[in-house]
Amino acid sequence: MLETLIALFLVIGGAFALIGSIGLARLPDLFTRLHGPTKATTVGVGGILIASVLHFSSRGDGLSLHELLVTLFLFITAPISAYLIARAMLHLRGGKES
Amino acid sequence: MSMMNRLLPQPLFSVFLLLVWLLLVNTVAPGHLVLGTVLAIALPLFSSRFWPDRPRIHSPWKLLRYIAVLLWDIGLANLAVARLILGPTRKLRPAFIHLPLDLQNEFAISVLASTISLTPGTVSSDLSADRKTLLIHALDVEDEAAVIAAIKQRYEQPLREIFEPC
Repeated sequence: MLETLIALFLVIGGAFALIGSIGLARLPDLFTRLHGPTKATTVGVGGILIASVLHFSSRGDGLSLHELLVTLFLFITAPISAYLIARAMLHLRGGKES
Repeated sequence: MSMMNRLLPQPLFSVFLLLVWLLLVNTVAPGHLVLGTVLAIALPLFSSRFWPDRPRIHSPWKLLRYIAVLLWDIGLANLAVARLILGPTRKLRPAFIHLPLDLQNEFAISVLASTISLTPGTVSSDLSADRKTLLIHALDVEDEAAVIAAIKQRYEQPLREIFEPC
């Protein structure tokens, strides 16, 4: 039962990570491409981390929660890297938006 | 009280550091509780010089509510963006939006900018030099004014209540 749940979260996580990567390849320009990695991957990584929490907490060594930190750091860093890339692109265009 | 203030300039920050430490070592053994507490008191003291404009959290409960709303929205954002990515890309209407900011606290602005990047179809891309306008790139815009109103009401208003109540 628990293994099914873990597998389910792994599949959900993997699917969203894949969709984020497809977005990176498929969307037309730099700015739209930023949207895939900043969002689809957060649930992708999140799903895999939930699976990790469930798996390692069920082994009898007590609760395993340090995966939460990965989520925290991801939420802090993903928007910053997206902001940096977008800003670099705006500079290359001389501040024009289109 | 002043002694307490000097030892713990940012009590919430200290609690947060202790939690991060316990998560990092992945145990609540007494030894790590002590070490974590020492770090949680020492780090804000040593780093206080880097916080000239120290963000004050006036309402921790509203902050928790904000985080809950944010997590929910991130989930929705993923579904929405996944649909846009897998759908026909020619139908997308990407656009830049200028969001006039009411927030003044720098920390609050950066929280808002990060929130925008994590939520449905928007990535914050530039903050104007006078810190009054945030440039946002949106993946699929139907009504620019509606997007601005939604961000203001759902994120900026709560952030103002948390960081700078008047």
